[in-house]
Amino acid sequence: MNPTDIAHPDYFHKVVDCQWACPAHTPVPEYIRLIAAGRYGDAYLINWQSNVFPGILGRTCDRPCEPACRRGRVEEGSDGKVKPEPVAICRLKRVAADFKEDIRDRLPQPAAKKNGKRIALVGAGPASLTVARDLAPLGYDCVVFDGDARAGGMMRTQIPKFRLPETVIDEEVGYVLDLGVDFRGGERIDSMKTLLGQGYDAVFVGSGAPRGRDLDVPGRREAAAHIHIGIDWLASVSFGHVAKIGKRVVVLGGGNTAMDCCRSSRRLGGDDVQVIVRSGFDEMKASPWEKEDAMHEGIPIRNFLVPKEVTHVDGLLTGVTFEKVAAQKDSRGRRKLVPTGEPDVHVPCDDVLVAIGQENAFPWIERDVGIDFDEWDMPVVDTTTLAATRPGVFFGGDAAFGPKNIIWAVAHGHEAAISIDLFCRGDDLRRRPPPHVTLASQKMGIHEWSYDNAVAPDRRFRVPLKETTLALKSIKIEVELGFDTRIALAEAQRCLNCDVQTVFADRLCIECDACVDICPMDCITFTENGDEPELRQRLRAPAHDLAQDIYVSGTLKTGRIMAKDEDVCLHCGLCAERCPTGAWDMQKFLLDMAHADDRCRTRHAPDRALPAPVARAGD
Amino acid sequence: MTYLTKPKLHHPDLPKNALGYTRRDYEGPISTLCAGCGHDSISAAIIQAFYELSIEPHRVAKLSGIGCSSKTPTYFLGQSHGFNSVHGRMPSVLTGAALANRDLIYLGVSGDGDSASIGIGQFAHVMRRGVNMVYIVENNGVYGLTKGQFSATADKGSKAKRGAVNDDEPIDLVQLALILGATYVARGFSGDKGQLVPLIKAAIEHRGAAVIDIVSPCVAFNNHAGSTKSYDYVRGHNEAVNRLDFVPVREPIAAAVPPGGVQPIALHDGSTILLRKLHPEYDAHDKVGALAFVEAQRMKGEVVTGLLYVHEDPSDLHDMQNTVDAPLNTLGDDVLVPGSAALEKFNASMR
Repeated sequence: MNPTDIAHPDYFHKVVDCQWACPAHTPVPEYIRLIAAGRYGDAYLINWQSNVFPGILGRTCDRPCEPACRRGRVEEGSDGKVKPEPVAICRLKRVAADFKEDIRDRLPQPAAKKNGKRIALVGAGPASLTVARDLAPLGYDCVVFDGDARAGGMMRTQIPKFRLPETVIDEEVGYVLDLGVDFRGGERIDSMKTLLGQGYDAVFVGSGAPRGRDLDVPGRREAAAHIHIGIDWLASVSFGHVAKIGKRVVVLGGGNTAMDCCRSSRRLGGDDVQVIVRSGFDEMKASPWEKEDAMHEGIPIRNFLVPKEVTHVDGLLTGVTFEKVAAQKDSRGRRKLVPTGEPDVHVPCDDVLVAIGQENAFPWIERDVGIDFDEWDMPVVDTTTLAATRPGVFFGGDAAFGPKNIIWAVAHGHEAAISIDLFCRGDDLRRRPPPHVTLASQKMGIHEWSYDNAVAPDRRFRVPLKETTLALKSIKIEVELGFDTRIALAEAQRCLNCDVQTVFADRLCIECDACVDICPMDCITFTENGDEPELRQRLRAPAHDLAQDIYVSGTLKTGRIMAKDEDVCLHCGLCAERCPTGAWDMQKFLLDMAHADDRCRTRHAPDRALPAPVARAGD
Repeated sequence: MTYLTKPKLHHPDLPKNALGYTRRDYEGPISTLCAGCGHDSISAAIIQAFYELSIEPHRVAKLSGIGCSSKTPTYFLGQSHGFNSVHGRMPSVLTGAALANRDLIYLGVSGDGDSASIGIGQFAHVMRRGVNMVYIVENNGVYGLTKGQFSATADKGSKAKRGAVNDDEPIDLVQLALILGATYVARGFSGDKGQLVPLIKAAIEHRGAAVIDIVSPCVAFNNHAGSTKSYDYVRGHNEAVNRLDFVPVREPIAAAVPPGGVQPIALHDGSTILLRKLHPEYDAHDKVGALAFVEAQRMKGEVVTGLLYVHEDPSDLHDMQNTVDAPLNTLGDDVLVPGSAALEKFNASMR
């Protein structure tokens, strides 16, 4: 193998598994250390800079960071039964939001001087608000249109208040609107052609995926009065148009919307609420913790039942009939649901909520304005620049590549803002500003580091919940109480500081083996060089996880190389503590994604167009 | 010196030995020696050897004297018996313990000061008595604890860190042990665990006095140009006469013997050492030849390593003294204190 190029921003970025997995690449260990230090405001601002809605995401994020967390790979089940668990990153984010001091004077101010460019943003959800947050302080005139009277988009309409209180949305949406953003509530955009005719310098479409997929079975139309589309129903609940539901409720679908529907039903009069999914429990799209939360509230989840017919008496819903199915693999190994032949199951109920998926819908975009749509009737959008085929039009969030989640919408928003800034300056959209990276030694004394390198043995701490009987009394009572500062500190200590990197200097090494002997995880090997697949086999512990890199040094004095498997490194720094020559050093890797601000231009690599990491958007 | 405790977490795929223990179970508390000390590598090699042999830690007694080397038993085999004795007096304590309880595995850990200076008399006698033990000398050629004065094993002409030249002749503990009757004599290098671990394993299985002189660079005071005990010097002058592969009792030897130049040596417990010769003429059974070879190479400034001498049918202190087969702590008072009548009878036999 060739020596590892640690100067490439991606190399150490990948080692910070949580940050790498986060679509917005929030520097997670950095803010967790600040939480441990009680600097909640600072932790909040790191988040705010990166993901715009820390308080909202700290309650509702899909948490791609947590399955990636190294803690989940290195913790040992003490009795073999307890499974290793990641750091509660998401809930620590909420801690920063809950306990921060007033940070308003540390936020950017509305631009003192406008730059004369006007940007139209369609939809006031997380994607558009992120674009506005990034562009408004630079002097752009951002006009945000939304059919609803208040800004927030799906964060406000689709997420029930018992998970996300209105005050949190008001606060964080407010921080964006206070930057001098022109919000036009209640102005739904019905024609792209008209909008394009209004002389905006750029248009951003962040209108989400607003259409809930409907059920197409006999009886659906006749019993329509008690069959509701999940996201529409949630919005009606959110606006207070709906305050009651029948005693017996069937929720169809296995995603997070279905979980929100069933839990909302429990609070609006549904005593007997059940979730029924076509496929298996394990195949459900809902996050594991959302399933747990639903079941904790006494909601059963039944699987392998395909809706066949809605039963009714004179148009009054009486129940749903299901066909029993089982999963089988066909000759090509594809999973298929086949009827078991058992008798159908009839589930009597008073209301049905249909949460079987969402679709994009762009009836308001005329097909002759130069915005191409693909065979699935989705706009053709560049995954890096988020540009549509018509210059000056950009898409982001669910509107760009179909339903995802808030944190992806934020990531799209940042990239779209960069694109819009480049576009308005007449620059090439493909010349993306590179991320800002620093790597700095954390050595304070002979055996003292600026971070707490002792590895905490604690298991993941649980978030305290409101007692279920109380929680179910009102749709507005928040169920999760959040960590208090004491648990937050303990949970923060579980973070392994993966951003404090083990950096190796070939020329200082005397090959004394001290690092090899001390490493608790057997990460380090001194051996003859070889091809990667072969080298991986003869490390002290074979490196099977191909997603994790091997850090390889140049040739040392004895002709060998140092090879370190990054996979299970605890970042405890013992290799550096036991190194007599300082060949190992612990250096903090801090990566800030480029944002659309004045730094963009100074950060330009002069003759090299770097692919931005967000090239993975839409993967 | 490190203030952290080593995290208990270990690699998810860490293998277990026949007893169900991982290598980590054979560790002790974290070392307080200087970072990069060769002694820590020797501790790691000892841990590896006992782990690979699946020896229950409570069957081992580790004894040491005074010095950096003699601190190290704290840092390995945390579940074993230990005795940190007086400077240079470890061999006496070990001999006494071995006489009292022959069932334990005795591991003496000493240094060049502890064995070649203050304790050289004790070193000599424990060898000639053939005490069944593994005697490890962690040999760095300097007094590290007192800031790097030459020890008795420092080579004539070698330089101290501040430039002083050593005018005294060195004591070669390998040659001394050969002359004094040790039945397993080897030299290793802390920077080559591939060679060292099998040497330790075979020494553990050898019944008799087994000595391993391990060159162990002192990173703080003896790892500079002009030193003959530095990483660079030993790597540049390492004259390995053979490599060992240790074959435990359970494995059939035929399968493990690679073709060509391999000499199997049976140990008393049925396990085997496979000796891969690196020097065609060198014979590890020839004591006189070993002495001559080691001396000739030493004169040239080379460091001879490997298994230098092994007696295939050794006898130990218990054989020579015709002691009881059982450890004394398993014998009852009636046997241990036979009474005045027995004393009378014994005295009479001496008249």
